[in-house]
Amino acid sequence: MTIVEAGLQPGLASGRIDPPSGRRGVLVATLGLWRTRIGLLLVAVLVGIAVIGPLFAPYGGTEFVGPPFTADAPDTLFGTDKLGQDVWSRFLLGGRTILLLAVVSTLIGLAIGAVVGLVAAYNRGRLDNVLMRTMDVVFAFPNLLLALVAVTTLGRRSWVIVLIVAFTAVPRVARITRGAALGVVERDFIGAAEALGESRSHILGREILPNVAGPLLVEANLRLTYSIALIGALGFLGFGVGLNQPDWAQMINENRPALSTAPWGTLLPIFAIALLTVGVGLVADGLGRAIAGVDRARPT
Amino acid sequence: MTTTSDVTTSTALAIDDLRIVVSRTGEDIVDEVSLTIAPGEVLGLVGESGSGKTTVGLAVLGHARKGVTVASGRVEIGDVPMLELGPTQLRLARGQLVSYVPQDPGTALNPAMRIGTQLLEVLEAHDFGGSDGAHRRRVTEVMAEVLLPGTPQFLRRYPHQLSGGQQQRVGLAMAFACRPSVIVLDEPTTGLDVSTQAHVLQTVRQLCREHGVAALYITHDLAVVATLVDRVAVLYAGRIVEHGPAATMFDAPAHPYTRHLIAAVPAMSGERTITGLPGRAPSPGHRPAGCAFAPRCSAATEECRASFPPIDVLADRHAVRCYHPTAAIQVRDHAEAAPSGVGDVPGDAALTLRRVSASYSGHTVVRDVDLHVGRGECVALVGESGSGKTTVSRSVGGLHHEWAGEIHLGATALARAARDRPVEQRLRIQYVFQNPYSSLNPRRSIGESVGRPLIVGGTSASDARRAVADMLERVSLTADYADRYPDQLSGGERQRVAIARALVSKPEVLVCDEVTSALDVLVQAAIVELLAELQRELGLSMLFVTHNLPLVRSIADRTAVMADGRLVEVGTTEQVLSQPEHEYTKRLLADTPRINETRPVEVVEERLADDVALHAPAVAVPELDV
Repeated sequence: MTIVEAGLQPGLASGRIDPPSGRRGVLVATLGLWRTRIGLLLVAVLVGIAVIGPLFAPYGGTEFVGPPFTADAPDTLFGTDKLGQDVWSRFLLGGRTILLLAVVSTLIGLAIGAVVGLVAAYNRGRLDNVLMRTMDVVFAFPNLLLALVAVTTLGRRSWVIVLIVAFTAVPRVARITRGAALGVVERDFIGAAEALGESRSHILGREILPNVAGPLLVEANLRLTYSIALIGALGFLGFGVGLNQPDWAQMINENRPALSTAPWGTLLPIFAIALLTVGVGLVADGLGRAIAGVDRARPT
Repeated sequence: MTTTSDVTTSTALAIDDLRIVVSRTGEDIVDEVSLTIAPGEVLGLVGESGSGKTTVGLAVLGHARKGVTVASGRVEIGDVPMLELGPTQLRLARGQLVSYVPQDPGTALNPAMRIGTQLLEVLEAHDFGGSDGAHRRRVTEVMAEVLLPGTPQFLRRYPHQLSGGQQQRVGLAMAFACRPSVIVLDEPTTGLDVSTQAHVLQTVRQLCREHGVAALYITHDLAVVATLVDRVAVLYAGRIVEHGPAATMFDAPAHPYTRHLIAAVPAMSGERTITGLPGRAPSPGHRPAGCAFAPRCSAATEECRASFPPIDVLADRHAVRCYHPTAAIQVRDHAEAAPSGVGDVPGDAALTLRRVSASYSGHTVVRDVDLHVGRGECVALVGESGSGKTTVSRSVGGLHHEWAGEIHLGATALARAARDRPVEQRLRIQYVFQNPYSSLNPRRSIGESVGRPLIVGGTSASDARRAVADMLERVSLTADYADRYPDQLSGGERQRVAIARALVSKPEVLVCDEVTSALDVLVQAAIVELLAELQRELGLSMLFVTHNLPLVRSIADRTAVMADGRLVEVGTTEQVLSQPEHEYTKRLLADTPRINETRPVEVVEERLADDVALHAPAVAVPELDV
């Protein structure tokens, strides 16, 4: 807790504690929050399962080990799924691909959406209208349908799935960013930057972006869970990267009918995704708090 | 003034030994506050931000903010103990016994409701008069009382269809609707320009007199109080340090803090320039033992630091809490710093505006402004809100692009937008914004913000850091502020940072846009002092935009007055303030609240009063601008 105190109460009374500044300061402040620590722990456990879990899988992902939907099948930890495959093995194997695809597509969607939203909010007028109405058009397409069309025309490749999932995230991120940025572009420090002749990219990236980081991070977390769900849905419909490859989202869909008799096939991936969401959420929240300086000492 | 001020036969509001603390820590926010107000009397509660004046005001309504507890003391309205009422009784008492006029009517009125409906709501909540008809009659009546038309058309308006002054009058109408016996006004005129403010204040005083309402008027601005109140109580760090009749308080202030407050108010005449007071009032939890003012007081002794002075009654109803009420305090004298009147030669001007007109999407707001600022000269640009003065300054700064005419920096013509000007030109003109709460990026450290102009100009990071440290010290901060963030600073400190940012690149011309209007008087005085000093030392040419006419005496060599987008009068500050020629300037001067402490003020007033045409009885004329 000592780091926290040094970091968050810059020289209030004693005067001689040097507060951390710049990016290191934000990082120290972020790590100093309990919510970040718990969040990081959750993320680490889940990512750990996804990355090194496969090494500990007792069976292969598509190996037949007993009768379907049997909670107490012999030699299994959590029973079998609808094709009689080992739930525990499929759970350990099913995290890696979906997490990777979801994270990459979310990051791409977030980046593009943020740029669109910032440009729209800063320039206003015609450009704003063109950009945001385009976003509305994209928004109006059902995500899944769009993804199915893309996958059927371009093939079942990872990059197609990543790009199309990123694409569906862009309008929502753009809208959130624009909304948050509208209140910021009005403020005088933007005028001060303009009077100094700062470049547009500096104003967008260094003056406005840090001020909309909070809502953007919350949105990032939401978009990550949506990405997981969308990629899972594609897999369920047979348009995922590999047919019947173990995959958390697909497991939830497949094993739902037997929720009462063989629940683990559904519950394990649900817990995994839920905890991951909570973990990422806590980290995003902590980061947002630190950037906004919520816990900084200030005069009353 | 005469009928009520000395009559204390009854008491409308009595606050007795009130102590309010932070619930979590038990640190006092206000302590030992005792006040009484008679019916029809207006008491001004004066203090800096953070002195606890709003906390006292809310306690009168039986309310304590979240995280704050009333530890002891009594608040009685008539014989109703406000602090002992249950939630239902409190709800009945508020509005009927005591009501509240908030600071910003723009946010206090519901933007989605017609003003008539909002007024009716108050009356219906208390079932004033007992019938729908009585409610409606009372709405019309109270509208007349606050000098607004009570016509159905007017009552159907929404708040955004009213001017700021009219909005505040609606706020007053809501507060007076149920004929309360006590009314709490929390800086109700802060956001209004001087003329509107004067009219609203007169209405408040008249209403209180006529209906025998006791008013607690909370403010940081002594000048406002001077024209309005019968008695004044000065609150410092949560304690009342002096109270007495208004006249006594302004003529013979006893407490050093009160004297500083009066010295900080810009005077309309006389050679006196305003002086500020370094430091700021200690916040709860940081208050020293003994007299809280001692650390800032030049007359403080060991005795002051050891214990809080007892109440010392000086004269009839005039009391002070100070061990050395008569000791000479050092109100710094700036007589020698009077503006010198240099550079009145247009050929040598640092900044020249020729036939500058400006518009917003085709709608012209500034017409044919010719103005120059000589080298080392400070020119004040004065006008009410909407006069176009800020548009002129924004055009000079390159922030407003829709202008025509010529603006020259030295001998070179400036491009319209800052982005089209060469870096070197952008650094030679710097701009200080009105609101220090919005002009600093909250996500950047002070060091980054202040150093940015140097980085843009190509200075290395380490040189910039050194220059920033120097500059912060020049504006009376310390180098370690560089690592802080804006939200850790007070308003005055933020404005100092903004000034440091503007001066770090050693500009020739500094444009100050209403730089003090968001600040308390003491802070305002300190900022003006700082600017005047820096201007002299650095030989800056300055365009000082303000709506505060008395303020210009402390800083400007020449003053230009703007109305409706045109310059109506330009002259030396002395000329403009003491012998205004244009009607508009005279009206501005007449509406400015002042402390009647020096004779010349009265002379000016009399002279103006002779000119009946421009002295239309303010009370009878509600603002016509909609």
